[in-house]
Amino acid sequence: MLIRIGGKQDDSGAHVKISAAAYPAPFKSGLEYSCAARGTWNIVHTGFLLPQSHEIFICAMGCLRGVVLTAAEMGFSHRFSTIEIKENDVYEGTMEDMITDGVSQILDTLDYTPRAVLVYTSCIHHFVGCDIQLCFDILRKRYPHIDFADCYMDPIMRKSGLNPDQTMRRQLYSLIKPCEKSSKKLNIIGSDLKIDTACELFDIAKESGTHISQIQDFDTYEGYQSMGQAFANIYVDLSAKAAAETLEKRLGQKALYLPLSYDYDEISTTLNTLRTLLGLPEKDYRAEREKCDKAIETVRQTLGGAPVEIDYTATPRPLSLARLLLTHGVNVTRLYCDSFSAAEKSDLEFLQKNYPNLDVFATVQVKMRELDRCRSCKTLSIGQKAAYFASSPYFVNIVQGGGMYGFSGILKLCGMITDSWQHEKDTRKLIQIKGMGCSCHGVC
Amino acid sequence: MAYAEQIARSISTYASDSSGVCSALFELGGMVVMHDASGCNSTYSTHDEPRWYDFDSFIFISGLTENEAIMGDDEKLISDVADAAKQLSPSFIAVAGTPIPMMTGTDFTAVAKEIERRTALPTFGFATNGMNTYVSGVELAYASLAERFTHHMKPREKTKEPTVNILGATPLDFSGEDCYTQIRSMRTMLEESGIAVQSVWAMGDSLHNIMCSSAAWANLVVSYGGLKAAKIMQREYGIPYIVGRPVKGLNEAIVSSIRQSFKDGESRIAYEKTTRADKKILLIGEGVTSESLASVLGADAAIPTEFDSELLRNGTLSRGEENLRNIAQNYDVLIADPLYAPIAQSCTKFIPLPHEGFSGRMFSTQAPDLVTKIPFNI
Repeated sequence: MLIRIGGKQDDSGAHVKISAAAYPAPFKSGLEYSCAARGTWNIVHTGFLLPQSHEIFICAMGCLRGVVLTAAEMGFSHRFSTIEIKENDVYEGTMEDMITDGVSQILDTLDYTPRAVLVYTSCIHHFVGCDIQLCFDILRKRYPHIDFADCYMDPIMRKSGLNPDQTMRRQLYSLIKPCEKSSKKLNIIGSDLKIDTACELFDIAKESGTHISQIQDFDTYEGYQSMGQAFANIYVDLSAKAAAETLEKRLGQKALYLPLSYDYDEISTTLNTLRTLLGLPEKDYRAEREKCDKAIETVRQTLGGAPVEIDYTATPRPLSLARLLLTHGVNVTRLYCDSFSAAEKSDLEFLQKNYPNLDVFATVQVKMRELDRCRSCKTLSIGQKAAYFASSPYFVNIVQGGGMYGFSGILKLCGMITDSWQHEKDTRKLIQIKGMGCSCHGVC
Repeated sequence: MAYAEQIARSISTYASDSSGVCSALFELGGMVVMHDASGCNSTYSTHDEPRWYDFDSFIFISGLTENEAIMGDDEKLISDVADAAKQLSPSFIAVAGTPIPMMTGTDFTAVAKEIERRTALPTFGFATNGMNTYVSGVELAYASLAERFTHHMKPREKTKEPTVNILGATPLDFSGEDCYTQIRSMRTMLEESGIAVQSVWAMGDSLHNIMCSSAAWANLVVSYGGLKAAKIMQREYGIPYIVGRPVKGLNEAIVSSIRQSFKDGESRIAYEKTTRADKKILLIGEGVTSESLASVLGADAAIPTEFDSELLRNGTLSRGEENLRNIAQNYDVLIADPLYAPIAQSCTKFIPLPHEGFSGRMFSTQAPDLVTKIPFNI
């Protein structure tokens, strides 16, 4: 067995002080490395949030491999089928037939009838100019009792408008049908992980007699359809912006951006936005701020000045989190971010001005493959990639914000940091599990 | 049924040719770049490569974008590869294609030549397209190694005792409790039989040993991915090859074949056609493994991965869930990767035989060491 015995020290090209980090891309684009942390969700995991649905992917073998095994590891192979594109299919101009006939053959031989089918086309379909709309028209006519969603696995388009992740979030809700609205119903959309019902959003809703639904609440297609009754859709991350705006346009549901944040003022503002919308008076959230201050002070004392490293997979707002911790005396030393989100521009500017020596590392730059992953002292990592790059068993094992939100989210995260510092984890085992927190079986 | 070979209602798919290239070259100190938008590298490193966590091999993607593909911007790929090579100092470079570069007609031979001119490093361009199985990628990679990196060893430099190269070893076909278990067992079996191992292409061995492969008296082709390299070395150096995977029950025949080829210089197949009267058994898997195991068990084989019909003794070539399901219904026992279970409903017995090339990491540590034991009773 070959074992890594040491890493390289030269990090040029993969590292920059935050004071010199360009927005939004601090590193030069080039070849890309994929580190062994796998906890973030992919479009297969997200698609399976749609209850009673079946996924069909149509692409080349090499592209199918990752998604078919994602489904298999989830224990969802029975809800997942593939159609493999061969070289002759590309040149013969029969791609539309392949989609309609292939999907039909699958549906005609399945052991069950799904309520909805997510059909994922790929980069190839874009490049051959496949008439995807025609295919869906035919399928909808052929199977009127099944709803079809056009979904896309087209990473080549990731810098051409919406990326596949944003598109998937949009399409996940594309089958919700128009229905009568209720002023007492809200949705939170676009979050892979269910937003913690113990957070202030739900407190506010309860106070106003409003019910908040999330797609994770439903195990039936009818339940999913009931999301059409909400008068507004809350989204907490910009990756769901297109989803919310499309629903606003299509169903008349107000799109309400209440960003996940670790900044007290920003949290208060967003919570008060919701309070106002629901007809409640504003709150100063002083008590909540004080609780958070105490919790972070406990974290500071527990860590005792030890270095903290944070990566962008732990939360969509890594800079906001770093800002919170640094301004409370916690020794954040490294961030792992390949780019900066628009939601974080003010946090970036704050950190550049007040903590100019904070280190920013890439995760995909080629040198990260061989860079030294040993630390001279016990290090706390927040996120799986940070844990991998620091080889640290002391890490907060969360992805995509972990469903935590608001002041209650900060309190919960502080508890997790303290616990992670006191209890070692099996980093190697945990970070290689795909789609952390998805409702799956087996190794997932 | 139209598209019968291309539709999978509920079973998995094989690792693709670009993964095969990466797997074959993983340990040799080179840098392999999949010319791809995104996804190939995480798929490969998650599902196809058990060595990824422990071994810092330089496998990357180019991060191809829509604009670069449409505008034919090969310069971005070439300059990014040259830049990374400058930072990492690999011993060689390989660039492998995926579906979109195939569609846009990327000339990988020309790309490789230009990268080699700029970096002065040996560079391979592989026109893989993600539409063939890993077997063809392994085959391409090892054939290129044989063409480019092996050199002629004069007869007097050859050892007195029989020596072999093992060709075609990748974790995609040889996984186990750790991915080197079966490689160690093959080495041990051969060495205990008085046959030294010159090199293993390419697990647990060095590029240097592989470059000296022509010092061996014979090549043992343990998966179809190694056959083309064996044929090249036969043509270039007159080294005969033996096709067969060491499997308990076939090991003696393999050793005997090596010794025979050592004497007469002829290439041969170590496994034979066998039949069994009491039960009908079907194996599904990679060609050399399936034929070798079928020979021991008296089974038939259905081979969905690339294979030559001239190597068939117990098997047929067949792809696609429906086709394989139709074949399986004529058998009592099906032996195949666990993710083939859905097509075994008509068989009285299904014996799971994990195959990393099909189910990836899901069952890889449960793959038995077939060299030392056939772990099931039929």
